[in-house]
Amino acid sequence: MNTSVRNTTRLLWGALRALLVLTVVTGILYPLAVTGIAQAAFHHKANGSAVKADGRDVGSKLIGQSWDVPGTERPDPKWFQPRPSHSSYDPLSTGSSQLGASDRKLEKAVREAKEQVAAFNDVPVSKVPADAVTGSASAVDPDISPAYARIQTARVARENHLSRAQVRKLVDQHTEGRDLGFLGESRVNVLELNLALRTVVKH
Amino acid sequence: MSDVLADVAQVSALIVALALVHRPLGDYMARVYSSKRHLRVERWMYRAVGADPDAEMRWPAYLRGVLAFSLVSVGLLYLLQRVQDKLPLSLGFKPIDPDQAFNTAASFVSNTNWQSYSGETAMSHLTQTAGLAVQNFVSAAVGMAVAIALVRGFARSRTGELGNFWADLVRGVVRILLPVCVVAAVVLVALGAIQNFAGIHTVTTLTGDDQHLTGGAVASQEAIKDLGTNGGGFYNANSSHPFENPDGASNLLEIFLLLVIPFSLPRTFGTLVGSVRQGYAIVAAMAGIWLAGVVAVTWLEFAHPGSASQLAGGAMEGKEQRFGEGGSSLFAVSTTMTSTGSVDSFHDSFQGLSGGVLLFGMMIGEIAPGGVGSGLYGVLLMAVVAVFLAGLMVGRTPEYLGKKLGSRQIKLAACYILITPALVLTGTAAAMATGNGQSSMTNTGAHGFSEVLYAYTSASNNNGSAFAGFGADTVYHNTALGLCMLLGRFLPMVFVLALAGSLAAQTPVPATAGTLRTDKPLFTGVLVATIAIVAGLTFFPALALGPLAEGLAV
Repeated sequence: MNTSVRNTTRLLWGALRALLVLTVVTGILYPLAVTGIAQAAFHHKANGSAVKADGRDVGSKLIGQSWDVPGTERPDPKWFQPRPSHSSYDPLSTGSSQLGASDRKLEKAVREAKEQVAAFNDVPVSKVPADAVTGSASAVDPDISPAYARIQTARVARENHLSRAQVRKLVDQHTEGRDLGFLGESRVNVLELNLALRTVVKH
Repeated sequence: MSDVLADVAQVSALIVALALVHRPLGDYMARVYSSKRHLRVERWMYRAVGADPDAEMRWPAYLRGVLAFSLVSVGLLYLLQRVQDKLPLSLGFKPIDPDQAFNTAASFVSNTNWQSYSGETAMSHLTQTAGLAVQNFVSAAVGMAVAIALVRGFARSRTGELGNFWADLVRGVVRILLPVCVVAAVVLVALGAIQNFAGIHTVTTLTGDDQHLTGGAVASQEAIKDLGTNGGGFYNANSSHPFENPDGASNLLEIFLLLVIPFSLPRTFGTLVGSVRQGYAIVAAMAGIWLAGVVAVTWLEFAHPGSASQLAGGAMEGKEQRFGEGGSSLFAVSTTMTSTGSVDSFHDSFQGLSGGVLLFGMMIGEIAPGGVGSGLYGVLLMAVVAVFLAGLMVGRTPEYLGKKLGSRQIKLAACYILITPALVLTGTAAAMATGNGQSSMTNTGAHGFSEVLYAYTSASNNNGSAFAGFGADTVYHNTALGLCMLLGRFLPMVFVLALAGSLAAQTPVPATAGTLRTDKPLFTGVLVATIAIVAGLTFFPALALGPLAEGLAV
């Protein structure tokens, strides 16, 4: 009995030392080494791909934002609008609705969103693409589909007193194709598009 | 390029990449685990541990090593979460509650990485990097060690010795996981993933809103989370979060990382048992099942039969624009069929039948290709059963790789196969009977039941993905799921190692004209059928109540 207790203790002590050694290697040295390389070689990206306007940070290229009328939760017609987000694009509350593809609540939300988006952009309901009426996985999806950007051009042009051609050109310039031509989906980054829009409006 | 064509190109690129590394990586891993030399850093580590890396262990000693290391891991990880507020880099977060800390410790040590917490607002930087990420490495290395011990059981004869656990553990980390992770993490940063130790900082957006942006050592954790088939995300949104998975290229890289070790280990197995064709027969079965799953889910998501998806005009609920239906489906199948559980889209919002395919991928025991290590030993156990069934048909004592499969071996394999179904079905039934299942559902009806079934399937199979509508953070579920994860990980290992020991002790029987050829396509077919029949018979009734009912009601 005593030897088995002693053996078990010795085994657990060895296991603990193994864990501590591996913690130093994989839990401290490894992240520090990667951070060192990342900060030296890809400083901008490693720190969150900040986007600047007027010399200050206004967000991250990778994190979506809401574009509401200041102080309200109404979408601002001046800006290109992002996908619906159940957390209003709060990066401290990421995740999705978790509603099933045949769920009644989701059906209702989609139907309402479709009508709202169609009315807001003055287009027929049939023209509203899927990404405009569905919540993303992260709730901070920075992108919309090119189709969703296109149905917003007339409204954005009108509200900013620009020509449709001008705005359509901006959308085209900010449409990113699939990565390497075949990976993922084509998309438009809303923050970058709106920043470009802002520059055009100012001049 | 059309959607379909792009998606075919995406899947093909992945398959080509996996095929290209299959041989070099598989052979490299075989050398790692059979080399007599120790690297200097490894010698230094063995000294610190106080272990002799050249001492051979019989199966009980090997198992004691596995269990002792894992027990200590659970204890330390639990402690780290409970006192994280008093340690550096705490970000001001509170200690984790006891039930959730137990759940999380069980989850990461068992390579499950089920998360009942939300990473960005619960775990300190120190807990993430020195606790959770460490278990990402070591739990993966433990899985590989056990798989290699089983392979040695087949390869060795007239000995009971299975190698040295501490050497296998350290080598797995130092020679396989770490080097790949450093490269992968740097590539992820180059694509946009973040890697820093900053806290939360606030920016004012153009509309005058405040937005709180997070920092963290994300890329380094992402790399091992995928490579080690762990799955615990830095963020609640997991790999759908743009800081973890910034674009289409990073998405494919992450899927590649999930699959690369599990799909290469059969080559390691073939090399170590002296016949690479044995490995090909195994990898063909894995690849066939995986590809069938990819085709089924991708097709369902593009067709989007669900009523809400029909209304929206596409299955984009719970999916990111940059991945679309194709990139999301490929990730979903790959994560559930390995034991990973990271997600780039939310499975709860997939089409009802897609959810059924994902569930079935876990229910077949995650062997197509399965988790690092656990996939290989899982599929080899199924191969043992397949050989046994084939032997029954012709009335011969079955043998596999020159080893007789007598009653002891078959009993051990049968016990292995029964553990997870027992945990899944009793776990789900107990949750429903006590009302704890119903009270945690987000959805109602058949889909709500699927959430509960998915949770217990995911935990018992050490997957960790979720129908995340399931409210898992209750004392009941934290405890029950924690137990499912631990038992679902370590009980099977007991039987695997016992089997390995009994095989290693045998004298090999020479192959004759009557021996079943296990390196031929016919055997691959028998293996796939065995896997499908065993899982189908076990789980069909439960599937019928959940995803099948939902899918057929559409």
